[in-house]
Amino acid sequence: MAEKGIGARVLRKEDLRFISGRGHYTDDINLPGQAYAVFVRSPHAHARIKRIDKGPALASPGVLAVLDGQDVAADRLGNLVCGWLVKSKDGSPMKMGKHPLLAQEKVRYVGDRVAVVIAETYHQAKDAAEKLIVEYEELPAVVDLAKAHDAPALVHDEIPNNLCYDWELGDKAAVDAAFAKAHHITRAQFVNNRLVPNAIEPRAAIGHWDPGQDAYTLYMTSQNPHVHRLVISAFIGIAPEHKLRVVAPDVGGGFGSKIFIYGEECVVLWASKKIGGRPVKWTAERSESFITDAHGRDHVTTAELALDKEGNFLALRVNTKANLGAYMSTFSSCIPTYLYATLLAGQYKTPAIYCDVQAYYTNTVPVDAYRGAGRPEASFLLETLVDQAAIELGMDPADIRRKNFIPKDAFPYQTPVALVYDTGDYARVFEEALKIADYYGFPARRAESEKRGKLRGIGLSCYIEACGIAPSAVVGSLGAGVGLWESAKVRFTHTGKVQVLTGTHTHGQGHETTFAQLVADKLGVPFEDVEVIHGDTDKTPVGMGTYGSRSLAVGGEAIVKACEKIIAKGKKIAAHLLEASEGDIEFKDGKFTVKGTDKSKTIGEVVFAAYVPHNYPPGLEPGMEETAFFDPPNFTFPAGTYVCEVEVDPQTGKVDIVRFIAVDDFGNVVNPMIVEGQVHGGLVQGIGQALLEGARYDESGQLLTGSYMDYAMPRASDVPFFEVVTTQGTPAVANSLGVKGCGEAGAIGAPAAVINAIRNAIGVRVEMPATPERVWRAIQQSPMLKAAE
Amino acid sequence: MRISMTVNGKPVSGDVEPRTLLVEFLRNHLGLTGTHVGCDTSQCGCCVVHVDGESVKSCTMLAVQADGRSVTTIEGLAKDGELHPLQKAFHEHHGLQCGFCTPGMIMSAADLLNRNPDPSEQEVREWLEGNLCRCTGYHNIVKAILAAAQSMRAMARAAE
Amino acid sequence: MYAFDYFRPSTLAEAAQLLASNPEAKLLAGGQTYIPTLKQRLAKPSALIDLAHIAELRGISEEAGGLTIGAMTRHAEVAASPVVKRVIPALAALAEEIGDPQVRNRGTLGGSIANNDPAADYPAAVLGLGATVRTSKGRAIAADDFFTGMFETALEPDEIITAVHFPKPEKAGYAKFPNPASRYAIVGVFVAKTAAGVRVAVTGAAPCVFRATAIEQALQSAWSEAAIDGVRIDPANLNSDIHASAEYRAHLITVMAKRALRAAG
Repeated sequence: MAEKGIGARVLRKEDLRFISGRGHYTDDINLPGQAYAVFVRSPHAHARIKRIDKGPALASPGVLAVLDGQDVAADRLGNLVCGWLVKSKDGSPMKMGKHPLLAQEKVRYVGDRVAVVIAETYHQAKDAAEKLIVEYEELPAVVDLAKAHDAPALVHDEIPNNLCYDWELGDKAAVDAAFAKAHHITRAQFVNNRLVPNAIEPRAAIGHWDPGQDAYTLYMTSQNPHVHRLVISAFIGIAPEHKLRVVAPDVGGGFGSKIFIYGEECVVLWASKKIGGRPVKWTAERSESFITDAHGRDHVTTAELALDKEGNFLALRVNTKANLGAYMSTFSSCIPTYLYATLLAGQYKTPAIYCDVQAYYTNTVPVDAYRGAGRPEASFLLETLVDQAAIELGMDPADIRRKNFIPKDAFPYQTPVALVYDTGDYARVFEEALKIADYYGFPARRAESEKRGKLRGIGLSCYIEACGIAPSAVVGSLGAGVGLWESAKVRFTHTGKVQVLTGTHTHGQGHETTFAQLVADKLGVPFEDVEVIHGDTDKTPVGMGTYGSRSLAVGGEAIVKACEKIIAKGKKIAAHLLEASEGDIEFKDGKFTVKGTDKSKTIGEVVFAAYVPHNYPPGLEPGMEETAFFDPPNFTFPAGTYVCEVEVDPQTGKVDIVRFIAVDDFGNVVNPMIVEGQVHGGLVQGIGQALLEGARYDESGQLLTGSYMDYAMPRASDVPFFEVVTTQGTPAVANSLGVKGCGEAGAIGAPAAVINAIRNAIGVRVEMPATPERVWRAIQQSPMLKAAE
Repeated sequence: MRISMTVNGKPVSGDVEPRTLLVEFLRNHLGLTGTHVGCDTSQCGCCVVHVDGESVKSCTMLAVQADGRSVTTIEGLAKDGELHPLQKAFHEHHGLQCGFCTPGMIMSAADLLNRNPDPSEQEVREWLEGNLCRCTGYHNIVKAILAAAQSMRAMARAAE
Repeated sequence: MYAFDYFRPSTLAEAAQLLASNPEAKLLAGGQTYIPTLKQRLAKPSALIDLAHIAELRGISEEAGGLTIGAMTRHAEVAASPVVKRVIPALAALAEEIGDPQVRNRGTLGGSIANNDPAADYPAAVLGLGATVRTSKGRAIAADDFFTGMFETALEPDEIITAVHFPKPEKAGYAKFPNPASRYAIVGVFVAKTAAGVRVAVTGAAPCVFRATAIEQALQSAWSEAAIDGVRIDPANLNSDIHASAEYRAHLITVMAKRALRAAG
């Protein structure tokens, strides 16, 4: 292993600019002549737009333009679309409601874009936006997911019952048969709470049309600039793809929310041309983020687990209602379907599984991928259901899991819900986690807590996820509108320095470091000589971006492939220079050597020869720059066991996380420091979902948790130090690096561990978020605690 | 309104509307974009700077209120090209991911260590009440602050 | 924010004069609540009168065995003050729990009680200690008369708080159950054993800080946690919102009262 190669805890290259305040986030960029956009948004959850009077706003000082849905229609701009076609049980396609850049005829959620005001200064735009006159005819709002089917109102007039699709996966007959002969059936209902992503950098964009070149540039907070370029060009139709440059500079966190194509970024790009080519800037205020960034989760589920006498799982039956919000966001259809139901096998050999999902429109903010996306929902219901089954059968929650794990020698393992798990050793990871946690020493710790008046609980969660998204042919057959390969270009300079251009985007994940480690390792060049470039469609090869824990497993593998091409070409050059045959050249640690001799050329010498080809293989192209695309043959399947210990204050219901152990199988690990950091962050988002976070609407569709005053974000004092082990995984087989992906694991596995720990402490499962009041009320009604009294 | 203040040791002045926030003055008038804005209810702490040596939220202070005072931002924390021990510790302990909350975190922590050179883990966590991070789970931020405290104490001892 | 004028008086008299002649103007103390309010365009003052440069509004001094704290004294100063820690340690402890460090570095005693946010901490101390609010009009308003309703006080429109006088209690303590989002009090209880009897003030639970007379009576008869056991708080007049129901708040009042008692020693 090179000192800063694969497996090393290398400190991050990107840190220096961030710790010294010299990053360049979108809002830090100011272009000459820049104007400012402020959006006028619907105050109603559901209403017909009767009239818009632009007059007073246009007359306000500094105003350059006021644009609304009629202007969008007049310019024939396309609608925002969902890029994944899901089909219902009867074969009919999902019903996609029209989603214009600015509302036309109706507004469908509080925050829906009605118009944009462009002015010389931000304050002028803000002043003028208040003067825009919009007359609404209020309509009844569909807010409650459980009642959306029979709601008196339709979010989209043409879509009956507000039902977007009614989808299924699995063998229903086999499941019904297994239930018929079950010894025991465990049943539960779950609410998976709606979350607001809350990347700390709010979304921002600067659109600029250059009249001289008739070309467009869009600076924006994007996780996938090429996907933005594609959709804005092909579907919205603002600019042809070759005349549009999308730049995602430093981006302050995404968690899914910056994948999607929203109206605001499109509008500022379009508006720049409408005002003659001055750049137009928009930066979301946080209260705007709350009502415009796509939310996550929001399921209501009924689940049943059939078991035999010994506690073996026989079958799982799940029905889920998923909230789509008012419009279909970019990938919203696949989250509660292919990223959810396919994970319901978990780590277990349950032979039969059936899941059906009804996705409904409501008059709320659109819902789409948020860290984990579908997989946390699956893992949460399965792991809390398994715990409940153990309790009902009088088994230890550890034992019921041991009994049902897919054994180590069963891989590759075909689940009953479409996926083929490549590798894993669930039992080993599980036992390691229990050992670190001293699971069987828990009663003594509980007794110690009791002496201090606290109720202590321990909870397990064995999650699995499918990531490294995704094999294009597989997702294509399931309805994806795009391929999900990734690209890389590795470019040497004359002087032997390396530029790595990637189609992924780093917004906290540390690609500038991890990818440099990869290249340093593969090409034997100093880590310091490798620069990773990303986030600019004019610089990097076309790429699909960063989400679904894919950047290393897919994008990293593309870099490896490009390195392999470099080495292959280098061998030809070295053979020529060393007067040997190409087949006799070996490459190792940055040196091309003639097998069995000490004759060698360094990669630097070979690269120099490629750029100064005075003595060069005839017919070989000069230069040393290689591009590779990688389309993975399968997903990767990280899995792990999380153990959470809580102390509950019976007086107030407040839950403190006192210990949290995470043992993950991420396959091989390139930078353990970065991977552990990803787990820490994921865990706190998972703990946030379990204890603190939850978007709440009132009956009229007003978001009650619209700021940090009411939406509880996890703070430093809400969590402890974590005990995280990420080494010694089973290597993935879908990529040569054997890596699996680590970005979402924490958020997927943590909620069930926390909720199970609370149940262990108080004897009742509390819905998320397990707020102090909910826990306190559960304590009042706990048969377990009553019996103990 | 004409205002003058010292920012990162240098005298600056500008004409501002009274409604201009200190953070707007720093970012838009002075080009010091290391101080960020992450919310509009004074909770995220991305905008923390020092005014006369104490940490404040520059989104919750008018520029005119800083008239005549001394402001330090993240850009002014390094001295003579040498990173502040907190900046080093955030790097060495992977105390940042996307980097957006980092300037506010570091400026807030610097105020803590000025007041309390040897804080406990709990004191660090409680001090960060006004700083939100969505990436790190706070684990490595807290570690970095404790490590910086230790190295600053060692430096102080060495200087004695 | 809407545009406004800005005044920076250097004496109390000048500030009072500006306030009297600009009826749409507002006083700016620490601004930790008011500036966010302005940012969200929830207020449209014609002008702000910045009190930060009036020396006579600052400072902490011992007076008649108790403490007199200037209206513009910041929370961090109260929290760190050796004098406060010696004379009324519960007050320093309460100030240490307000908001976050940056809010405490700017927010002021006068600003807090003039705003009278139903979930703010300081009103509980002012009411619980039976403090007196002194004003630019020479008035000394008893805490029991000062807090008149949600965001309402006994101050006249052109009146400025100059200082608050806190008599020294025999014992006092404060316990707060914070809102997990805002960290304001869902329930905060301040208990004080004073020469004139026990006082218990509750913040966060109702539209305005109030005295929990049932707990006062219980503690008057016995200064012990056990004395609170028998007390049931009626939820009828308490707040119910997405963070806590009235019933839960009623329960928390007794729990926090006990914890405040423990803090008081």
